[in-house]
Amino acid sequence: MKRRHFVKKSTLVYFSALLSADIVFGNFLPANYTPLALQDPDPFKLFHKDPEMEVLNDKPWNIESKANLLNDAVTPNNSMFIRNNGNIPSTIDVENWSVHFDGESILNEKTFTLNELKSNFKQYTYQLVLECGGNGRNEFNPPAKGNQWSTGAVSCATWTGIRLKDVLDAVGVKDDAVYIGYHAADTHLSGDPAKEPISRGMPMQKAYQEETLLAFKMNGADIPLVHGFPLRLVAGGWPASVSGKWINRISIRNIVHDGAKMGGDSYRVPCKPVEPGAKVPEEDMCIIESMPVKSLITYPKTGAIVNLGETININGHAWAGELEVKTVEYSIDFGATWSKTKLEKPVNRLAWQQFSAAIKFPEKGYYEIWAKATDSQGRNQPMIVPGWNPKGYLNNACHRIAVKIS
Amino acid sequence: MENQEKSKSRFKANRILVYVIGFVVVVAAGIFIFYLIDPTLSVFKPDDSKESTYVEKSNIKDEYNEVTNGIHVRTGLIAADGFMTVVNNCTNCHSAKLIVQNRMNEERWKATIKWMQETQNLWDLGENEQVIVDYLVTNYPPNKKGRRQNLENIEWYALE
Repeated sequence: MKRRHFVKKSTLVYFSALLSADIVFGNFLPANYTPLALQDPDPFKLFHKDPEMEVLNDKPWNIESKANLLNDAVTPNNSMFIRNNGNIPSTIDVENWSVHFDGESILNEKTFTLNELKSNFKQYTYQLVLECGGNGRNEFNPPAKGNQWSTGAVSCATWTGIRLKDVLDAVGVKDDAVYIGYHAADTHLSGDPAKEPISRGMPMQKAYQEETLLAFKMNGADIPLVHGFPLRLVAGGWPASVSGKWINRISIRNIVHDGAKMGGDSYRVPCKPVEPGAKVPEEDMCIIESMPVKSLITYPKTGAIVNLGETININGHAWAGELEVKTVEYSIDFGATWSKTKLEKPVNRLAWQQFSAAIKFPEKGYYEIWAKATDSQGRNQPMIVPGWNPKGYLNNACHRIAVKIS
Repeated sequence: MENQEKSKSRFKANRILVYVIGFVVVVAAGIFIFYLIDPTLSVFKPDDSKESTYVEKSNIKDEYNEVTNGIHVRTGLIAADGFMTVVNNCTNCHSAKLIVQNRMNEERWKATIKWMQETQNLWDLGENEQVIVDYLVTNYPPNKKGRRQNLENIEWYALE
């Protein structure tokens, strides 16, 4: 009896958290009843997103942000992109949430409750870039299969959690460990309970990085349900699919993890460059690790008209996967000449960096402002769409906005 | 003499039988020809020659599968040959939005179906597979984009 009350109460708290409001007369809610707001057909209200964002898919939910909505140094929830491979878990029992650690290469198989993870391990906060591997897919030719992301599948929020490496140290890892694989509470679109929508992971070297977190807070508050409440992995700088949501099991593997979306064309690109449209055998595909250098002009919004003689102050972010961004340049003549922008240092490793510049235009007309970032190893963004791959990953071509001088 | 009478009446009976058979054949042929012209065999046949009339009628008759300006409103799919086969086979697991935003040739649409059958529990489509592939290739073929497209759909505004 007491337990039932307790479960109901915690579910209520969870609903309230989702709605960011107390549910008045919550005690009178019938059991198993989903508040009307959660059935809201308006996804922007349902997920607290800016209505300017674009719904690419509603089964599963995939919603893209816009460059101009990403102007904040720390991405707020209301402009963070949504990427799902399956159905969002329908019920979350926070009080009894646990994560089971197992796998061929674990020394002591163990289950931690969420509360144990929070209290037994030291907590850290980092600002981390999460970018969908397919961000920019819509530019590939021939078109690549999947959600046609443009430029808005990237975010850099503040994540608070415990280091994955601290838990790995606690359970013990054998010398033959190669990879960790995650398992989660989301469900397969076909409704088949035996199938996982996605179960990816990372090599031990990434799992042991200080910034790789099992996170339970985003921007200082509980992670919104759609972004992985109550617990998710955050592996900054790698395709965001590595950062599994709703984590309930982590396997330490003695092979490269072979879960759903680890094989085939998923999150993999040809190991050697191929011609556009080529058929690539499975054994010639390699898993994407660090994302490439990239930048985004977040102010002004494309389409600005200013009078001749006026200055346009641009700003935006640049990031480079595992690396730091060394310079960001801009061009108003389609890359014929480039000028330096002012570039900030990252607040921590794997956070994006802010750039800004004041631009004057020589005469009236149509211009495009292009931004080009260069990473600490001297690689810069291509001006055209980079190497074709079957699923259209890793498009880091220069971002452009259109302006008119009148 | 008796024999003659008998064969006479038999001949009469045969003639009636021939008439009946002939009548049945003519009626059957008539129905068959009508069927060839109008396979629905329905007096409530929608008038296909006028798209707009069809749309108006469908609003009243079947809001669930409403078609406006050639688009199936509920799914966003182009309401062309085979689209209901696509709706019925392809939107159980995923949204039609995933179809609408993709562009592939026959080979790659087929490979996508095969991938869904191998990994995502899509059933054997049988004869419907070609109907679906033909629909997709006709209505969602690859568009040539080159290496970098012009910036499009720009909403111009005065920057203060």
